[in-house]
Amino acid sequence: MLEIKDLQAKAGDRDILRGITLTVEPGEVHAIMGPNGSGKSTLAQVLAGNPAYEVTGGSATFDGKDLLALPPEERAQAGVFLAFQYPVEIPGVSNAYFLRTAFNALRQARGEDEVDPLEFLDYMEQKLELVDMDAEMLSRSVNMGFSGGEKKRNEILQMAVLEPRLALLDETDSGLDIDALRIVANGVNALKRPDNATIVVTHYQRLLNYIVPDYVHVLAHGRIVKSGDKSLALELEAKGYDWLVEPHEALA
Amino acid sequence: MGGSIETLVNREYQYGFVTDIDAETIPRGLDENTIRLISAKKNEPKWLLDWRLKAYARWTTMREPHWSNVKYAPIDYQNVIYFSAPKPKKALGSLDEVDPKLREMYNKLGISLDEQKRLNNVAVDVVMDSVSVGTSFKAELNKLGIIFCSFGDAVREHPELVQKYLGSVVPHSDNFFAALNSAVFSDGSFVYVPKGVRCPMELSTYFRINAEGTGQFERTLIIADEGAYVSYLEGCTAPRRDTNQLHAAVVELVALKDATIKYSTVQNWYAGDENGEGGIYNFVTKRGKCAGENAKISWTQVETGSAITWKYPSVILQGDNSVGEFYSVAVVNNHQQADTGTKMTHIGRNTRSTIVSKGISAGQGNNSYRGQVKMMPKAANARNYTQCDSMLIGNRCGAHTFPYIEVQNPTATLEHEASTSKIGEDQIFYLTQRGISRENAVSMIVAGFCKDVFKELPMEFALEAQQLLGITLEGSVG
Repeated sequence: MLEIKDLQAKAGDRDILRGITLTVEPGEVHAIMGPNGSGKSTLAQVLAGNPAYEVTGGSATFDGKDLLALPPEERAQAGVFLAFQYPVEIPGVSNAYFLRTAFNALRQARGEDEVDPLEFLDYMEQKLELVDMDAEMLSRSVNMGFSGGEKKRNEILQMAVLEPRLALLDETDSGLDIDALRIVANGVNALKRPDNATIVVTHYQRLLNYIVPDYVHVLAHGRIVKSGDKSLALELEAKGYDWLVEPHEALA
Repeated sequence: MGGSIETLVNREYQYGFVTDIDAETIPRGLDENTIRLISAKKNEPKWLLDWRLKAYARWTTMREPHWSNVKYAPIDYQNVIYFSAPKPKKALGSLDEVDPKLREMYNKLGISLDEQKRLNNVAVDVVMDSVSVGTSFKAELNKLGIIFCSFGDAVREHPELVQKYLGSVVPHSDNFFAALNSAVFSDGSFVYVPKGVRCPMELSTYFRINAEGTGQFERTLIIADEGAYVSYLEGCTAPRRDTNQLHAAVVELVALKDATIKYSTVQNWYAGDENGEGGIYNFVTKRGKCAGENAKISWTQVETGSAITWKYPSVILQGDNSVGEFYSVAVVNNHQQADTGTKMTHIGRNTRSTIVSKGISAGQGNNSYRGQVKMMPKAANARNYTQCDSMLIGNRCGAHTFPYIEVQNPTATLEHEASTSKIGEDQIFYLTQRGISRENAVSMIVAGFCKDVFKELPMEFALEAQQLLGITLEGSVG
């Protein structure tokens, strides 16, 4: 469903991705791990279409479509969702309105009718339960004054509402205490279906105790240096990243 | 910053059509005879002519003010037509008698009178150029004793009220533009809501400047007697012209004891083209007086048009416990310049005022907030809260804030908050990543920025403001 071939990207003058090749099939959970600066977050941002990054080579197709040719909103409409590491605040725009607008934008793209505010509220009820959020959160401005944990839960709430085919979780575990981590992980697991896939970007193995990956890939200096199953994550936990990372490669 | 913001703010002026109606105009220029001519054409009583002449005499001794943060070529006041009335000028008994061409124009403006009558529960008094054309809902309002008519009709039918309140808030000598208006004003709207009456509908006036080279000098006077309530909407459009048109209006509001006046404006006069050619020069004096205790006056404005906006809707808080409010959204693009804000003058005890100003600057537009809060010696425990936010779109525009504070009573409390921000690319990416188009994302961010002001607008106007800013308001407001 997602096929990435030799993907290269830079931010400003800095080369960050130096040739990523990865295939993701429906139903799979892939974990992308690696030390700081290895490019793992960039991979998620580039797949979602963040204009701050420039793709300099390679390809990424999603259901046969050239993903890299689409603007961010069309990628989202095709089913790509990015859970942000740093969710953005939008003052004066209520969470409910934002969610409904996004929900309807996706429905419209599929040729379906928009739902009205009342219908949408019904739909939201079960979604809120999933991430243990109070309905009061809906009337607040998007991410304004949310705690770190609330912001992350809000990301998973959006994911639950939009039901993506490919979810990219960008360091969703960062800054979460153990309870919040469990809530977020449960949310992600509950949304898992045979026809959708998840890419979990994380620095720590911790999250993978809750979201169990089928594959683990280690990134260093913009390349995948090792792939394996979930046992690789445990090995990394024990041994760190140093044994996989060759510092001189960064200079190449 | 990408295409959508540009498209959003660069939309062409939609109301740039000229209606071909025979208009009765007088020659260009201004002297005492012009004023006598205007007064005679309107069959005015002597007291009003004398008042005009007094204002004119004063005006000739005054100089055009240049303290505001706007630049423009000198205005030749002798090259302005001071009166233009659509012909034929017979008395209209009902809206059906209105010239079909006029009706058509109103339809283009989206203010079909009869539609509004039936559907919107809005009473409309339309001022085209200088004469009020038709007033709807008059009969219904009459039953409650509410007077809503053109200024000219008020002079004829309710001279005692006009004489009592005209100039009581904005004296004929108040400032250069107010003095000019007092000398040559042509028409406008008049509202009187009697004691204890709550006006059951929004009263609305639509101003439109049509004839070329016509200055529009309308005059509005609204009086809410003790315990009365009225909400008044003013909408403005003008056809596009290559030359600048002068507009110098005066609005006076009088709220007596326990009365409330809510005055909302959506102004989208022609702003000139992308090179700064043409457009309206809007020099307006708007002021309200809370004359009795517990009176309340609330100004809400959405200013998107005009080449130059010079406007400071103000409140004199005379009665104890009276309340003044000013909510403003001002948008400038291309070469537009806006210098707008408010004056809150606290005289009575426990008087309170709130100022919320949102300035949005795009293109090479220049947006200034200018506000004065004055606490007079007797204003014990008076309070003011001011919030002043600017949003910049692009990097060739400007935002400025000029707050003036004068406190003569030690028990007064003032708060002032100000911020300047740019629409963030990270905000746009966040919204587009959820499937929302870039254009809607920008609209959403701008609407969110203006939310505190939009929620003060009556529903009909909130919708118009939405269209004007090209934004989706639904849900993000309230």
